[in-house]
Amino acid sequence: MIVLITGFLLMLIGIWAMLSRKHLIRIVIGFAIVDTGINLVIVALGYVKGKTAPIIDRAVSSSQGAMAGVEAVGKVVDPIPSALVLTAIVIGLAVTALMLAYVIRLNNSGKSLNIDDFGDQKW
Amino acid sequence: MIKYLLTFLVLAGLIWLSVPLITEFTTSEGLNNISSEYVQLSAEKLNIPNTVTAIVVTFRGLDTLGEVTVLFLATAGVGFFLKRKDSEKQKKRPGSEILKTGSGILTPMIIVLGVYIFVHGHLTPGGGFQGGVVIASAFLLLILAYENFKFSHLLIHISESISGFTYVLIGLAGLAILGFNHFLDPRWLGLGEWGKLFSAGAVPIIYSLIGIKVGAEMSSLLDSMRDEGGHE
Amino acid sequence: MLNLVIIILLSIISLSAAIYAVRAKKLVNAVVASGVISLMASIVFLVLGAPDVAMTEASIGSGLTTVVFLYALKQIKSKGEKDDD
Repeated sequence: MIVLITGFLLMLIGIWAMLSRKHLIRIVIGFAIVDTGINLVIVALGYVKGKTAPIIDRAVSSSQGAMAGVEAVGKVVDPIPSALVLTAIVIGLAVTALMLAYVIRLNNSGKSLNIDDFGDQKW
Repeated sequence: MIKYLLTFLVLAGLIWLSVPLITEFTTSEGLNNISSEYVQLSAEKLNIPNTVTAIVVTFRGLDTLGEVTVLFLATAGVGFFLKRKDSEKQKKRPGSEILKTGSGILTPMIIVLGVYIFVHGHLTPGGGFQGGVVIASAFLLLILAYENFKFSHLLIHISESISGFTYVLIGLAGLAILGFNHFLDPRWLGLGEWGKLFSAGAVPIIYSLIGIKVGAEMSSLLDSMRDEGGHE
Repeated sequence: MLNLVIIILLSIISLSAAIYAVRAKKLVNAVVASGVISLMASIVFLVLGAPDVAMTEASIGSGLTTVVFLYALKQIKSKGEKDDD
């Protein structure tokens, strides 16, 4: 619950940064903050009260092998949001690096880093 | 002035949208159907203790294949935009003595830790992505310590392409051996004993390949971000 | 109960780091503050029972992302760009 609120607040702060700042790198930082907030929200949705990590070992199941899973169902948190967020974090790094490459390229092309100077492609 | 008003309106609208989501949310008391099915199947059919690995590699294996492709495309994009200019030599500050000595001791250990993390991905927390990033951090230490450190780009490209190719090949092997509807099914290799390193079919092999591929991609990303465009 | 206290503490730290990252004068401070957010988020993931995600976030989110940002800053600085907002 608290993590959910924190995630939403981080998303709001990131969107505020993306909308109100002028410097391109600050916009990318805002994007990274939004990324972290969304990951927090997804993981908080999969939490089950008082349960432990979805790894089937002696802590959640007394038997081993094929029947261990049936006993573990009542004792672990939801594994699907973890798998999704695992994917999202790696993609987030790749997208951030690509955006920074665009920023460096724009900077090298002789213009400044203020977003108001790129007005010639406005619709 | 109108811009501040618009920003305020967008933020207020987002708050108005998210308040009912927060107030109506209650922490769930148990797993839903799909999750409990995945937890049972990963122990029963696949012999994998770590359920997250079972989902990432097997149940949603096609997603992971697509993700690795996206990662490759992004790395290729960064390398394309930041083309290296070899003609300009720029002076770099050499690393300090402590950094050089420490990197000599630490780099093999970090690489061994990364390999350990992705080989044991089906038994303990961790896996290909984490292990690959740890290996890339070892290369980062080398870059920081030796100012003229050069990667062998051919080696990186070869290891990346071969691991990606073998990943698809293993998926096709499941298709060929187990029949239609079994693309990326790791069970053609024999399941082995519960909790041992060589168990769970082809899952450790697939995750090791992902680890090598991610490590190579992250290293080449760091290398192309490192020094370009120093117009001095 | 202890988990609740830890989560509240980490939430306060990460929210204040986020506000600082948006409002900081120097870009380097903003980058490091966004790394701090990722680090706090990884501890929250660990408390919520997702150790895989915690490892990924700690190594990628707060490690490699910060390094990539700092390299980008270095390249922009070498072009002689002043970083006013």
